[in-house]
Amino acid sequence: MNEKTEITVIKNFKGFITFLMSELKPRGGKTVFTPFNVITIPLIFMGLIIIVIRFAKGLGAVTNLSQDFPWGLWIGFDVLIGIALAGGAYVLCFIYYILGYEKYHPIVRVVVLNGFLAYSFYAGALILDLGRPWNAFNVLIGNKFGFSSVLFMVAWHFFLYTLSLLFEFAPAIAEWLGLKRAWKTLNAMTLGAVVFGIMLSLGHQGGVGGLFLLAKAKIHPLWYSEFIPLLFVVSSIFAGLSMVIFEGSISSKVFKSRMSADHHEAHDRIVMSLAKVCAGSMFVYLFLKLLEINHEQTWSLLSTPMGSWYLLEVVGCVVIPAWLFMTGAKNRSTGVVKLAAIITILGVVLNRLNICLIAYKWYAPARYYPTWMEVVVTLTVVFTELWVYRWIVNRMPVVSDSPEWAQEAH
Amino acid sequence: MDRRKFFKLMGAGIAGISGSKLISPELVRAEGADFDSDELLGVLVDTTRCIGCRRCEAACAEINNLPAPDLEDKGIFEKRRETSETQYTVVNRYTPKEGKEIFVKNQCMHCNYPGCASACLVKAMHKIEQGPVNWETNCIGCRYCMVACPFDIPKFEYNSPAPKIQKCNFCWEKKVKKGQRPACVEVCPTEVMFFGTRREVIEEAKRRIYREPDKYYHQIYGENEVGGTSWVYTAAVPFEQLGFRTDLGTTPYPKLSKGYLTNIAVIDLVVPALLLGISYAAKRKKGND
Repeated sequence: MNEKTEITVIKNFKGFITFLMSELKPRGGKTVFTPFNVITIPLIFMGLIIIVIRFAKGLGAVTNLSQDFPWGLWIGFDVLIGIALAGGAYVLCFIYYILGYEKYHPIVRVVVLNGFLAYSFYAGALILDLGRPWNAFNVLIGNKFGFSSVLFMVAWHFFLYTLSLLFEFAPAIAEWLGLKRAWKTLNAMTLGAVVFGIMLSLGHQGGVGGLFLLAKAKIHPLWYSEFIPLLFVVSSIFAGLSMVIFEGSISSKVFKSRMSADHHEAHDRIVMSLAKVCAGSMFVYLFLKLLEINHEQTWSLLSTPMGSWYLLEVVGCVVIPAWLFMTGAKNRSTGVVKLAAIITILGVVLNRLNICLIAYKWYAPARYYPTWMEVVVTLTVVFTELWVYRWIVNRMPVVSDSPEWAQEAH
Repeated sequence: MDRRKFFKLMGAGIAGISGSKLISPELVRAEGADFDSDELLGVLVDTTRCIGCRRCEAACAEINNLPAPDLEDKGIFEKRRETSETQYTVVNRYTPKEGKEIFVKNQCMHCNYPGCASACLVKAMHKIEQGPVNWETNCIGCRYCMVACPFDIPKFEYNSPAPKIQKCNFCWEKKVKKGQRPACVEVCPTEVMFFGTRREVIEEAKRRIYREPDKYYHQIYGENEVGGTSWVYTAAVPFEQLGFRTDLGTTPYPKLSKGYLTNIAVIDLVVPALLLGISYAAKRKKGND
């Protein structure tokens, strides 16, 4: 290496560092030490180190997984909860693109982006949990497809749905890059992507519940029934929309400067309408729960300790927020609706954890608790996703208006 | 690619996935058609004969290159042991209310309709034609088989960077395929185990119960449980006293997810058309079209 190239390398490296530092600062900010950076950056680094240990020494080195509890926090949180909470994308696409309710226009893109990032990152997190990830391609290519496996169906639906979300979001990327011809093609494909996206969502939202149909002997009878897939689909509607409400209230503060006036104004009106959809789907869910408990004849189990836990989930985290959504929408109180959304999210988290960890082998003396390392890796996944989300929202027309040429073409 | 072509392509792909699922051999097998479980290989474990010497454990460890158990250590009977990633079979001691202690050997039951195999998305876990349920290295390590097994048999090597699923393999490659009996069956000094086709095994179990009706509890565990298993048990006392789960039912496990798999095929085929219809109707109503 001669002196000249050496200098350019150093210069480039310096440039890269300056670039990195500028990326770390919030838009127009002066310091890199924002609370968000201070919390997330060290955590992400710690998470990466744990991931290295996990691949070098095996899952046992960093997790509390056992022969009794083969699925832990990484499946329970990242996959079960993550997918349910990302359900807002397909529900909103149905309302906006299929039913044609134009008033949701300002939030469709941001919700689709959230969905796409959630799926990409949770699929990534799933790789960490696989014992033999180098074989993961066997699911998509090969001659040994497990057609009788619910997980096979979930994997395919999951994979194709992530692609269809990318297609749904692609016009925003084209607008950002100014690719007018590509934008036209991509825009024309949106309805197709939406139609298949909804179909694929129904498939895998139910499918992640359907996985547990085979755990008949292991899940407490109050939680186990043939209804699991259907209950997962219905709960993904209000889980997803609650997350849209919750995220929306945060984004509208964080990205205030990026937000179009149109978006800002519409926000409260949209929240009220979503609250009604949430309440409606929650009543359907409760009706199904009633049907389930009557069908399985598990009334008597309600008076046991597990029964109280069950009632906490169903009454505390579905009945009460459903009522809050209703009163909130009636009185046009954003505060009440947001509270309802938060309780609903917690309820769905509780429900998914019950099915895969708490009511799962409720009879086993040894319980599963995640290690701090499992928690750190989970947070790493979430924070990395937030970083990418912030990067995209600050550049592409997500919460802001599309460029004029794109608006004219509409 | 125009929209119509895109639809066609996607549609063909989805229909392909859904359609082939409808004719999945595992489901056909679970329906009982074209499948005679009587002709599978099986073993009868007659717990009334077991003396708890654990030589089966030693033979199993030897043939599978696993750490050898210490047969002199009688202390291990104090606590109930499960099979593990280094022990494909274990003998446990039970002391029922009346009568003397009973020893029970546990290992994979090699179900007629294995839940683990139906759960596997790459067919790494599969039931071979002759009956044994075995594991291949194309496994992705998702551990769904462990969730799906009603007997909690598949075990995972958590402390390995290249983990395998470990469990009894019916000595298929090393013994049974060559016409020999499994290592544990061969080594047993008191002939606890009887090896043959499942028909012969069930007949032998029934013969023993009929011959000595007072000695046996009148049930063959595994004859009907979860649709029948290749390894079956006879005992002197009810099976729940010997650590067996008697609440598993007789439904073959793959059938439990059949409802979902059928519905998903219908959803995949019907929903896109339905959605396009709704979207068209919604647009017409607004006069946009």
